[in-house]
Amino acid sequence: MKKSVFFALIISFAILLSGCGSYSSGQNTDMDVQDEDKDLIVIGFSQVGAESDWRKANTESMLSTFTREKGYDLIYEDAQQKQQNQITAIRTFIQREVDYIVLAPVTEDGWDTVLGEAHDAGIPVIIVDRQVAVNDNDLFTCWVGSDFELEGRKACEWLRSYCDAHGIEQNDINIVDIQGTEGSSAQLGRTKGLNDAVRSNGWNLLDVRPGEYTQAKGREATAYLLQLHPDINVVYCENDNEAFGAIEAIEAAGKSVGTNIEAGQIMVLSFDGVSDLAVDYCKNGSISCIGECNPLHGPRVERIIENLEAGIVPEKFEYVDEAILSGDDTITNISLDGVTYSVELLER
Amino acid sequence: MSKIKDRFKDMTDTNLLLTITIVVFFLMYIGAVIFQGKGFLKPQTFFNILNANAALIILSCGMSIVMITGGIDISVGGVTALISMSCAVYLDYKGGNVGVSLLIALMIGVAYGLVQGFLVAYLDIQPFIVSLAGMFFARGMTTIVNTNPFNVENPAFVALKETRIVVPGMGSYNKLGKYVDAYVEIGVIVAIIVVILMFCVLRWTKLGRSFYAVGGNKQSALMLGINVKRTKFLSHLICSTLAGIGGYVYFLHVGSGAVTHAQGAEMNAIASSIIGGTMLTGGVGNIIGTFFGVLSLSTIQNIVSSAGLDQAWWTGITIAAMLCIFLVIQSVVMARKKSSVKK
Repeated sequence: MKKSVFFALIISFAILLSGCGSYSSGQNTDMDVQDEDKDLIVIGFSQVGAESDWRKANTESMLSTFTREKGYDLIYEDAQQKQQNQITAIRTFIQREVDYIVLAPVTEDGWDTVLGEAHDAGIPVIIVDRQVAVNDNDLFTCWVGSDFELEGRKACEWLRSYCDAHGIEQNDINIVDIQGTEGSSAQLGRTKGLNDAVRSNGWNLLDVRPGEYTQAKGREATAYLLQLHPDINVVYCENDNEAFGAIEAIEAAGKSVGTNIEAGQIMVLSFDGVSDLAVDYCKNGSISCIGECNPLHGPRVERIIENLEAGIVPEKFEYVDEAILSGDDTITNISLDGVTYSVELLER
Repeated sequence: MSKIKDRFKDMTDTNLLLTITIVVFFLMYIGAVIFQGKGFLKPQTFFNILNANAALIILSCGMSIVMITGGIDISVGGVTALISMSCAVYLDYKGGNVGVSLLIALMIGVAYGLVQGFLVAYLDIQPFIVSLAGMFFARGMTTIVNTNPFNVENPAFVALKETRIVVPGMGSYNKLGKYVDAYVEIGVIVAIIVVILMFCVLRWTKLGRSFYAVGGNKQSALMLGINVKRTKFLSHLICSTLAGIGGYVYFLHVGSGAVTHAQGAEMNAIASSIIGGTMLTGGVGNIIGTFFGVLSLSTIQNIVSSAGLDQAWWTGITIAAMLCIFLVIQSVVMARKKSSVKK
């Protein structure tokens, strides 16, 4: 009897000690921060998750930009695709009185309340990547991200110019669209870009299938479409991972991928251009053209924060300049709305 | 010293485990205030923990009752998701009103309780299996009701969701030197009422005592003239009804419908109950303990993320460690009981 009571006491002491241990280690780091570098700029970063190559590159860019050496203390929270986790994270940032909040929102809706709280607490909020739909745009300081529709339009313009240059009738273009995750900003923008081009150029949009930004779904969708429509000559994939799957499916069906559609090759258009594999595919012509979507938001956010620190009001919406990549040298320039974009040629 | 020892000896298992839970919670919170300062000093931090976990408190109360009776119910998370989605679809697509949506939530909960309770109590099927099927059914139904996540825009609902009850005298000054009132959401009030109500039921009603009796020793309970089947049935009915209420509180907090909502909520509820001193073997447990169990669980999450251990798995690991410690305490308590019986 005595023994077991003592045992219980020992166990509870052990808990206390282990508890104290972890707190004191936390305390040490906190104290270090306070003692050594009081001037650290504390930034709370709420990221959507780690679902794609693009997202991982985006996170890495933020983490490598805001380092202690540069005078930043970045608190990174992974929301695992859930808005509720992001809202909780922002509330935690507010409690901790961070200097800036950087939010990569998972959805566009439902931010009014929590951004209002940040606004009341006087913490500037910088939105990256996707946008937020709030009643009052004063609730966030600024937004920086990609113009997805422009990406789509650029890729389509490249295709149109290519056909013109090679004397291919626009009416002979039979295109299928492997879409991204339904409702995401990138899917909406890139799909709209394609649809507008289809209408104005007289292409035949044979079919649309969801690819959910994954290689497996991209392969499945393309294989299905190839059986259904034997005359496909362009596959429009809304990200690289889908394009990898599409290439696999096309090769498995005994056809070849490439720019030479007159000779029966199937052209693959893609977006992002983040991973080395995508760039390699583009170099060897498997992917004809990639509309780049730049994930490296770290330095951009840093510049905004530097401006804010200096009292300069940043632009409310800042679109990232993005290139268009191709391994084919036929087209060197494309122009949209009077703006000329040069095509970045990847050496084979 | 011997007095303290006697005190320990005289305590029932339930009270001893309850004491440990409360002491650990307060030590943890005080530790956080001392060492992490800033945020934890603000009362709003505590209220935010309550706001975010009001639903979990309600779910855990139901879970504790089932566990005290010797059963388990892993369907509560699925039921929560189903309720969120059904109410969201009803409110936004069908233009329904808030009162009816609450009724839908309750009806889903009660229906679950009736079916699961009947299967467990009267057909004598393992509660784990029954509620596992219930969980799959609820998750599946949620997907059938609607696949895409969306935020509810029904004005009456949003107004209710945004309703904040100001806690007087607990506000704090923010960076700009502006005074911000401390607040809790409606869900917290509901949760506190549920905790008090369930505490009273367990402590002072015949039904409450029979939960303990059935969980402690089914055979003896039967001999005492307790209707074991009916007791089990009622425990599941209460649990699922609370899942109905908790599901609505969850919905009120997040304001959206999504298939992934409340993922793992059943496991958090079980963990909270265990931390709160409820035993998986039945017969031991206390609602106040469960309440503190939820608080401990969420406080440790808050500590982990404010300590800069940002990756999501750290929370999981700390909770696992905490559960482990409390399970050890429980087995120590059980050992104490056995040895005292021997004497």
